Amino acid sequence: MTYSVTEPSDRQKWIAGFLVIGYALITLMPLLWIIATGFKSPADAIAYPPKVLFEPTLEGYVNLFTTRTRVTEETLASLGEPTTWYDRIVRQYDMIIAGPSRYGERFLNSVIIGFGSTFLSVFLGTIAAYAFSRFRVPLKDDLLFFILSTRMMPPIAVAIPIFLMFRQLGLNDTHAGMILLYTAVNLSLSVWLIHGFIEEIPIEYEEAALIDGYTRFQAFYKVVLPQAATGIASTAIFCLIFAWNEYAFAVLLTSGTAQTAPPFIPTIIGVGGQDWPAVAAGATIFLVPVMVFTILLRKHLLRGITFGAVRK
Amino acid sequence: MAQIIVQNVRKEFGAFTAVQSSSFTIEDGEFFMLLGPSGCGKTTTLRMIAGLELPTSGEIIIDGEEVSQKPASKRDIAFVFQMFALYPHMNVRKNISYPLISQGMPKAEVKKKVEEVAQILGIEKILNRPVGGLSGGDRQRVALGRAIVRDPKCFLMDEPLGALDAEFREHMSEELRALHDRMRATTIYVTHDQLEAMQMGDKIVVMNHGVVEQFGVPQDIYDWPATMFVADFIGSPSMNFLRFHGMVGGGQDAVELNGSRIAVPVSRDGAKGDLALGIRPEHIRLSDASGYRGEVLATEYLGTNQVITINTANGDIKARVPSTQSVQVGEKVGLEFDPRAVTLFDTESGRALLSEANERVLSHG
Repeated sequence: MTYSVTEPSDRQKWIAGFLVIGYALITLMPLLWIIATGFKSPADAIAYPPKVLFEPTLEGYVNLFTTRTRVTEETLASLGEPTTWYDRIVRQYDMIIAGPSRYGERFLNSVIIGFGSTFLSVFLGTIAAYAFSRFRVPLKDDLLFFILSTRMMPPIAVAIPIFLMFRQLGLNDTHAGMILLYTAVNLSLSVWLIHGFIEEIPIEYEEAALIDGYTRFQAFYKVVLPQAATGIASTAIFCLIFAWNEYAFAVLLTSGTAQTAPPFIPTIIGVGGQDWPAVAAGATIFLVPVMVFTILLRKHLLRGITFGAVRK
Repeated sequence: MAQIIVQNVRKEFGAFTAVQSSSFTIEDGEFFMLLGPSGCGKTTTLRMIAGLELPTSGEIIIDGEEVSQKPASKRDIAFVFQMFALYPHMNVRKNISYPLISQGMPKAEVKKKVEEVAQILGIEKILNRPVGGLSGGDRQRVALGRAIVRDPKCFLMDEPLGALDAEFREHMSEELRALHDRMRATTIYVTHDQLEAMQMGDKIVVMNHGVVEQFGVPQDIYDWPATMFVADFIGSPSMNFLRFHGMVGGGQDAVELNGSRIAVPVSRDGAKGDLALGIRPEHIRLSDASGYRGEVLATEYLGTNQVITINTANGDIKARVPSTQSVQVGEKVGLEFDPRAVTLFDTESGRALLSEANERVLSHG
């Protein structure tokens, strides 16, 4: 196909740039606000009118990772001078650090459940998609439609039955249960996305490998997978983002051992109510893994989102 | 290298029969063409020989071993795909060495082999290039390199020149044939291009609707087609059919066409009903002495000769005559058919009637 391309004028470039930057600012504003709040003192965080310029402090981060107890002035005096910077922050409020908070555990839960379910979704999705694409599967179209239909209802609509099932099976508040649930929700997306990518890979590549003396599995592993890497990577990003950010099921089905970070973060209570800087700090740190993952797979993402519409 | 025997091979896809009970033999070292229009079953037949499809029934014997139910990886054959199917994530060297790596050949030996092959094909300079940016011809050479690098029992090629442009095709087909003559490797080559088949092949199988119509050396197939389909499919312009209703008896050496007596090779078969007299355009001469006449509808100048379309009482026919002969559109001309080159067909079955001339070619089946 040919397009007639005219080089945009400088003015057009300026307008386009202005629009893009403006749009980026609007969408990034809440994110910037959260990051900034993480570095505010509790008083600054709830100040009205809101403070744009403030004295940054790591109080929110200290509160996020610790539990603290209030002590009497005598006890405080008997402890002597605080030895670390975080002790110093806590002492201002006549408190001492009693131990680590549960944020670390919850964060780890999120990592285990998020990446675990992403791996399973992509793994199962890939082999299912390969089979749908390459073998004569009876009722193939109906099965694919059935898989897609699991997505037609908001998952939370079946929250009660799932809650009851999980209770019956003893999956409540377990890592396995959450991984299973997120995998089930993501699987339809991953089967469909990866199926599209595998369909685009000419079957001749595998046949060439079969002729060259490789088994079907080797052909799949050495020829199809590298070709489908782009699609698999972008599918993995979508799956991870869902599992990582999921809130409703996590609130409903987890409370302790397997609780993920999203339901935990809003429950962080400080002195005299919600500790907003700590909540914001928790949200900021929570953003990091998914951002890193996305940046690592970024080069695949663009091609992935266009669903292979761009051909070399 | 090996002899390949295809025996009563049949392939069904559900209710559709792609190949019906086909049999033919490819001798060791032969350049063998599978020719037919698209959808005739030639590619399916090739894929069954390769092991990419398993036949519903029948036997495929490669080098004395029955392999019809064996997977492709166990057959020791090489396949060149129409779109070449070079592994896009590997460079040229890796593509060519890939079949050797699967055999577990030591690295040094692989390197040596690949370089040998690259030299044969004249692609030493591009060995470290990615396959993405290669020209059609170079891709073709790399695909060939991947095929010849491990000395397989035979080469199977599925329209390997189909993806190249016309000019380059000519050149590549010569290169391919030269390569074959040098290596003397049994080669099966699928094409729908009858010219390519005649140019390159030692032997040709012509297929249509999943049936082997004829199998033999190009000249026999051209001169003595077994069926009207083969007569029509091969040659450009194709064989003329002068259709008539009548009777031919065994031993008869002429037929009557619109009141004229036309000499034919002595017939061995008898037939009656709807028949056709088949004659190639170059075996028709314009001769005022002939009683069989027609009207010139069009002339087509082709340099040394011209093709003229003539309307006769038995249908339109084409004759190839020297350009020096002057012919006017609308002119009535007498037509003379070379009696040694005539084939009679039973139009109902489409089969050629045996005669003194074609029995040598057709009686073997």
